[in-house]
Amino acid sequence: MSETPEHPETPEAPPPAETPDAQTSRIGVDSWVAESEARRSRTPAALLSRGAARTPDPLKLLVFVAFAVSLPFWTSSGDLFIFGTLTLISAALALGLNVVVGFAGLLDLGYVAYAGVGAYTYASLSSPRWHLHWPALATIPIAMAAAGLVGLLLGISSRRLLGDYYAIVTLFFAQAFASFTNVTNPGDITGGPNGLPNVDPITFFGHKLASYNQQYYLILAIVVILAGATYLANMSRTGRAWRAQRDDPLAAQAMSIPVNRVKILAAVMGAAIAGLCGTIFAATYTAAVSTDYSVPFLILIYATVILGGIGSIAGVLLGAAIINCTLQFLAPQNDHPEVKRWLFYGTIILLVAMLKPVWRSLLVLVATIGFGFAVHALAVAYASHKWTSGVPSSGGSWIAHWAIIPNTDSFTGLNHGNFNNIVYIGLVVMVVITASLKGWWRMLALVPTLYLTVLAWENLLAASGGITAYLLFGVMLIALMAKRPQGLFGEARVEIV
Amino acid sequence: MHLPLFTIWSSIHSLGWHGAFELLRGGVVLGALYALVALGYSLVYGILKLLNFAHGDVFMVGAFMGYGVLSVLSGHLGTVPLIIVMFVVAMLGTGGLGVAIERFAYRPLRNAPRIAPLISALGVAFFLESSVQLLTNSAHYQYSNYPVFFSLIEPAFSFHIEGVLEPVSIVSLIVVGSSIALMFALLFLVNRTRLGKAMRATAFDREAAAMMGINTDRVISAAFFIGSALAGAAGVMYGLQYSDISYLVGFAFGLKAFTAAVVGGIGSIEGAMLGGLLVGLVEVFAGGYAGGQWVDVAVFGLLIAFLLVRPTGILGKHAIQKV
Repeated sequence: MSETPEHPETPEAPPPAETPDAQTSRIGVDSWVAESEARRSRTPAALLSRGAARTPDPLKLLVFVAFAVSLPFWTSSGDLFIFGTLTLISAALALGLNVVVGFAGLLDLGYVAYAGVGAYTYASLSSPRWHLHWPALATIPIAMAAAGLVGLLLGISSRRLLGDYYAIVTLFFAQAFASFTNVTNPGDITGGPNGLPNVDPITFFGHKLASYNQQYYLILAIVVILAGATYLANMSRTGRAWRAQRDDPLAAQAMSIPVNRVKILAAVMGAAIAGLCGTIFAATYTAAVSTDYSVPFLILIYATVILGGIGSIAGVLLGAAIINCTLQFLAPQNDHPEVKRWLFYGTIILLVAMLKPVWRSLLVLVATIGFGFAVHALAVAYASHKWTSGVPSSGGSWIAHWAIIPNTDSFTGLNHGNFNNIVYIGLVVMVVITASLKGWWRMLALVPTLYLTVLAWENLLAASGGITAYLLFGVMLIALMAKRPQGLFGEARVEIV
Repeated sequence: MHLPLFTIWSSIHSLGWHGAFELLRGGVVLGALYALVALGYSLVYGILKLLNFAHGDVFMVGAFMGYGVLSVLSGHLGTVPLIIVMFVVAMLGTGGLGVAIERFAYRPLRNAPRIAPLISALGVAFFLESSVQLLTNSAHYQYSNYPVFFSLIEPAFSFHIEGVLEPVSIVSLIVVGSSIALMFALLFLVNRTRLGKAMRATAFDREAAAMMGINTDRVISAAFFIGSALAGAAGVMYGLQYSDISYLVGFAFGLKAFTAAVVGGIGSIEGAMLGGLLVGLVEVFAGGYAGGQWVDVAVFGLLIAFLLVRPTGILGKHAIQKV
């Protein structure tokens, strides 16, 4: 009778210090953080990134080179240029930007203008413009030095300032450069809006590298050299100084790191790499044109670096492949129009599948399909036939039985006014609403949002490819910064306040 | 945006005193517009220390909202009510846009590394630009398609300089007058109201302000609303003054307005006004005397010169950086 059921349990209750969590937790890591990391480490994405982290870096480079070298053997020459050469050019540019933004933490928004400086220098020295045809071995270093000098001047002029001012100075420089080169100047040094045409291809010791394959391998070699050089630079004493002043400038200064000099070194190095890429760009396109080196290109390079992961060389190469291929598949004229459609619907389904738990994503998918058929049936029943007889612009005819696609043919079609614009604005509003709701309400709002996404895609976005790509890059930058600032391969950083 | 102005300048063959007057008139009007946009930069920068790259594009969206109202209501309303409706719609619309931008692009990044919100801002700027490009099919739109534009470019008064009749149009008086009025309204708001006090407190020390019971998120939203609404008003005035708008109008304009904010002393309202005036005059005189391609270069030179010689701007105070 004296024993109560509670008594025997109390001595057996384990003290909190002996829990397995506490034993395995690392020094200096809070147990809550350790638990959350352990939970996250089981997801496929974490496994993948851990696998990537364990692979030795030279092996990664070898895999990349092996793949890249084999590319010309199994693609057509048009595809090689669009998906190979252009990817490598943006990869080379992004590697240079990675030094500035990733390693040194400087927001350099004039980056493409340095490439423009390099391109114009190369074009002036090796084109019919001034009847100069210098060999590439002479012009490339000059172009790199010119771009580096510009980077140095900008760096010196804003060396005392906070990061934001450096960003605005460089961005303004890019703007001034673009507007200056785009107008006919006294002496016509920049050729105005037409740029400097008929630029020589790159020549090495009398060999012209003009065919697609030759260009491709030249740029591949440059990318590999740049990847190796920036990797070594990051491992060096200077690289440690870059990272130290990026994470805490004050502490770095206290450790006698010359913060300003290190920053300017990074800016100059990035600018010189950009200058190199500019020469390649001009030689590949056989022209230096002002509009190539303006803000859209800047966004492209930034999207590359940030998607891949700021500061990660492997990430930059992968980011370049993803971003450039997205841009090219979305382009209005390309040889693979069906890829666009599969990419879009694949991405949508992937995003829905990321909802947890799984039955929720299934529910949303089923509800969206049902919603679409219901809306389509209503439109067929009550609206003019012309509202539902259009041709979807991404090409899959089956989708016309589900989504409302007005016939926009100028003779037989309907004057549907601002239908596309209303759909687009409605989509933006619905995304905003969905993002601010929680729980069941969010799932409910997701259904019409998804439907509107498809409508906007089939009626408007798929048809205006280039704009859609840049729209996507803008949204991607916002979403990545909010959800995963380290990108695909970057290291998550915690700012010490 | 200097291209239409450039044609005007090149048509002025000999710049005498009357030519200089024309440049002065153009510079003051442009400067007033820069000042309005610079106020928004300054307000947001003062509170969040955030360089809102998207602000120039908010201005551009405001110009399109005004155009939308104009195209729907032109002919249904008289000139004065129509202009008032344009301003109200554009200001409310861009104000709401600013709040939404803050909510979705900047608020999740309050405690992120400094570079993150800047990249996000770049993303927002590009999202807005591409969206408008998509919606307008990359076309240019003209306010001068509607009669209101012509009733506003009538001269309010004019005078003789070197025997040439130089008019001052109604619209330029509206632009300069309303931007001065809006500046004083903003000064009153910041210095005399409860919200302004909360803003100053938040700008001074956000954490301490939060501990004193100020809802800092709401204060920041309010700052974005006000700044964006001013940019929206500037957008409508830009359309009424220069007629031609396109999706590209905002970016370079925003950069120059930011230069105005820096030159005047960032965080200072009167400074933004002075800086705007200075940038407008430098731009127009550089274009008039040197040629259109020097416009951006001259303003850029002004920015660099100020950053080197007086980084705090004309009216800025030396801030001691806290560690």
